[in-house]
Amino acid sequence: MSYKAKFRVWRGEGGEGRLEDFTVEVNEGEVVLDIIHRLQATQAPDLAVRWNCKAGKCGSCSMEINGKPRLGCMTRMSTFTEDETITVTPMRTFPVIKDLVTDVSFNYTKAREIPSFTPPADVKPGEYRMQQIDVERSQEFRKCIECFMCNNVCHVIRDHEENKPGFAGPRFLMRIAELDMHPYDVVDRKDSAQEEHGLGYCNITKCCTEVCPEHIKITDNALIPMKERVVDRKYDPLVWLGNKIFKRSGPKS
Amino acid sequence: MEIERHEYDVVVIGAGGAGLRAAIEARQQGKRTAIVCKSLFGKAHTVMAEGGAAAAMGNVNSDDNWMVHFRDTMRGGKFLNNWRMAELHAKEAPDRVWELEAWGALFDRTKDGKISQRNFGGHEYPRLAHVGDRTGLEMIRTLQQRVVALQQEDERLHGDAEAYIKVFAECTITRLLKDHGPAHGPGGAIAGAFGYWREHGRLILFDAPAVVLATGGIGKSYVVTSNSWEYTGDGHALALLAGAKLINMEFIQFHPTGMVWPPSVRGILVTESVRGDGGVLRNSEGRRFMFDYIPEVFKDKYATTEEEGDRWYTDQANNRRPPELLPRDEVARAINAEVKAGRGSPQGGVYLDVSTRLPAAEIVRRLPSMHHQFKELADVDITAEPMQVGPTCHYIMGGVEVDADTGAAAVPGLFAAGEVSGGMHGSNRLGGNSLSDLLVFGRRAGAGAAAYVDRLAARPSVPEESVAAARAEALAPLERAGENPYEVHQELQRTMNELVGIIRNADEVTEALEAVKKLRERAQNVGAAGNRIYNPGWHLALDLRNMLLVSECVARAALLREESRGGHTRDDFPGMSAEWRRKLLVCAASPDGSEVTVEEKVQPAMRGDLITLFDRAELEKYITPEELADFDALVRE
Repeated sequence: MSYKAKFRVWRGEGGEGRLEDFTVEVNEGEVVLDIIHRLQATQAPDLAVRWNCKAGKCGSCSMEINGKPRLGCMTRMSTFTEDETITVTPMRTFPVIKDLVTDVSFNYTKAREIPSFTPPADVKPGEYRMQQIDVERSQEFRKCIECFMCNNVCHVIRDHEENKPGFAGPRFLMRIAELDMHPYDVVDRKDSAQEEHGLGYCNITKCCTEVCPEHIKITDNALIPMKERVVDRKYDPLVWLGNKIFKRSGPKS
Repeated sequence: MEIERHEYDVVVIGAGGAGLRAAIEARQQGKRTAIVCKSLFGKAHTVMAEGGAAAAMGNVNSDDNWMVHFRDTMRGGKFLNNWRMAELHAKEAPDRVWELEAWGALFDRTKDGKISQRNFGGHEYPRLAHVGDRTGLEMIRTLQQRVVALQQEDERLHGDAEAYIKVFAECTITRLLKDHGPAHGPGGAIAGAFGYWREHGRLILFDAPAVVLATGGIGKSYVVTSNSWEYTGDGHALALLAGAKLINMEFIQFHPTGMVWPPSVRGILVTESVRGDGGVLRNSEGRRFMFDYIPEVFKDKYATTEEEGDRWYTDQANNRRPPELLPRDEVARAINAEVKAGRGSPQGGVYLDVSTRLPAAEIVRRLPSMHHQFKELADVDITAEPMQVGPTCHYIMGGVEVDADTGAAAVPGLFAAGEVSGGMHGSNRLGGNSLSDLLVFGRRAGAGAAAYVDRLAARPSVPEESVAAARAEALAPLERAGENPYEVHQELQRTMNELVGIIRNADEVTEALEAVKKLRERAQNVGAAGNRIYNPGWHLALDLRNMLLVSECVARAALLREESRGGHTRDDFPGMSAEWRRKLLVCAASPDGSEVTVEEKVQPAMRGDLITLFDRAELEKYITPEELADFDALVRE
């Protein structure tokens, strides 16, 4: 049941580092994070890794395993062959602090740039009435555990530092969609999604959807519908013509 | 080495539900507030809560109200609860849940568009506001986003988003600092908090007259636990070292259903919602064994046949609930007993089956994260086969002794809320009462801290010598080439798991105390290889002090309490004692933590209008004849 696996783990800090080789015990049912922990306990006590729940619920242990963004706690060792060398590196889009730990402050900055949920002023707590079907669209996006792997994998910023200031990334574009679809939110978010948060950069390659550990259909259910809402407003020739002729404003949803 | 220094009115340690709700309250009361947390913002343990937040909104069954919730809570805690806390909790939980909705939370709905409520163990009516089985995530995200909303408001008003509320993420507090100057009395008052940044290891000092502890629990002292690495009892230990008291430390909740296989996920939580939504427990013989374990005190409240239990899911007015929904302590002991009797599953648990009880699509809709978790981690499809589950260390009922209304601890300026505080849940917490506890008492502690700061005539100041001592203590493991801290930690976990676990006796607990004493000596000499940059070995070496101190409190209290009640089961004292019900065990420590003492204290009698909410026949099972005579006198009036 138990065997010795070959691991290559990125180690380093302050902009320098290298892949370090380890041979380490693996037991039945274990996940990559277990092996990282075994390295800490037995061979490299200062090996840095973020983790919390170890059950795929907190989104802390994002890393790249054989080049693919994955949660360490949800990647079972049984998905690899016993003679395979497993390479573990930090998320590439964010600066490395040490070893597998990256500086993800980009994401917290972006979170603060999205205007918050704004209900009508006259609805008091306890008076909210919403149908299940109307909350389900936003609920899907609220399953997000903020592992930031969608932002990590997104080619708009993965190797393009210069795009970071004007691009919220899939995670926070989805947050805009979530709020836009909230039955009680009154803020018009369409213009700002496009102009301030960079929705237009997204060319729907669906890399974000592919890596999402919660299986949220980020592209299909959040980004594309949000693009359609923006397009309805701005570029649809009929709406444009209608606006010209009837002087009406775009639809809210 | 320079120490980074910040000045705040209120420092909240911990960014789970209680910490965030406390910080939001302090900020809303105009206080400059720091949130200090060991993990990234939004990752706290609350995120793992699954089932829901208990609040008697009466959306699903209009017979529910705060009095029913209060009674259920007191029963669940076997009447050891701080009744004032249980009262405040039951009364205020609905407002706290509704408030979340106004901050953007999206709970599951009833047909008429209200917040839906689900059944849970020990709750008479469907009471838990929920979002599938990821309610904790919804709560933490909503509170996190509320903090961001306040920061956006401060940006507009003051040009600085962090002017009034700032998050210090991946920052660990190692000491609370006190001012012993003449204005603050010989016992001293809180003056600040000292710690280090995990990222780069630099030291940090907060000057603040009020500190709110919201650090959660202690599960990392056990091998099999649903708790994350953060749960090292930091707040419990910080409070002790600052001179505050801990109560009820012998009461630890072993959640009945943790995963048992594969070994690497042993202990990970399987939500009680599985049972709330119809899941049943069976042993290796296929028997629904919970019918054999209905205790005397709950005999008239639970179904005695499978038929009645099954009917209850659709007709609660005319049937009693199935015994799978007994309070957690009862279910955990029953599972433990079945396994010990040789009727367990192949991997040492019992079977929890929902696959034969609900259609597959319904299981995926109601329990999406359980479905995902078992599929990904154990290759088990819960819509087609049963899960294997067993008890896991989940929650500590004990914690900092606080004033119910304000969260104030015995040390002036120190407050506590959530799992780190003690009293609310008595000897056993009902599922769903934690998320509501966080909100109700988080808000109260934040308000209590704000009011305390308003009343202060002069701000206390941090004595330089205590900063120097805290600095030396924090850096010591880096300067030693001693034992590997991971080994000491693993031994502590085994010790507590085996000797102060779900079933206890005097010999084993005494043995544990000896072992903990030796481990404390070893912990003095652990060393951390490497430098100060994000060094988990160093962090663990520092956390050991807290885990050991708290483990000693648990073991000492467990040895003294010669009865079985809730989360404390003694096989040498299997009965519940009405005399012991009135007694709380209060732990204190010397300032250097070298000595732990435990004293008995009398629990104040329940207020008349609260005790008369119960029937005499029920009270008879819990209280002494003298107390019963007082009750009779009350009723005659």
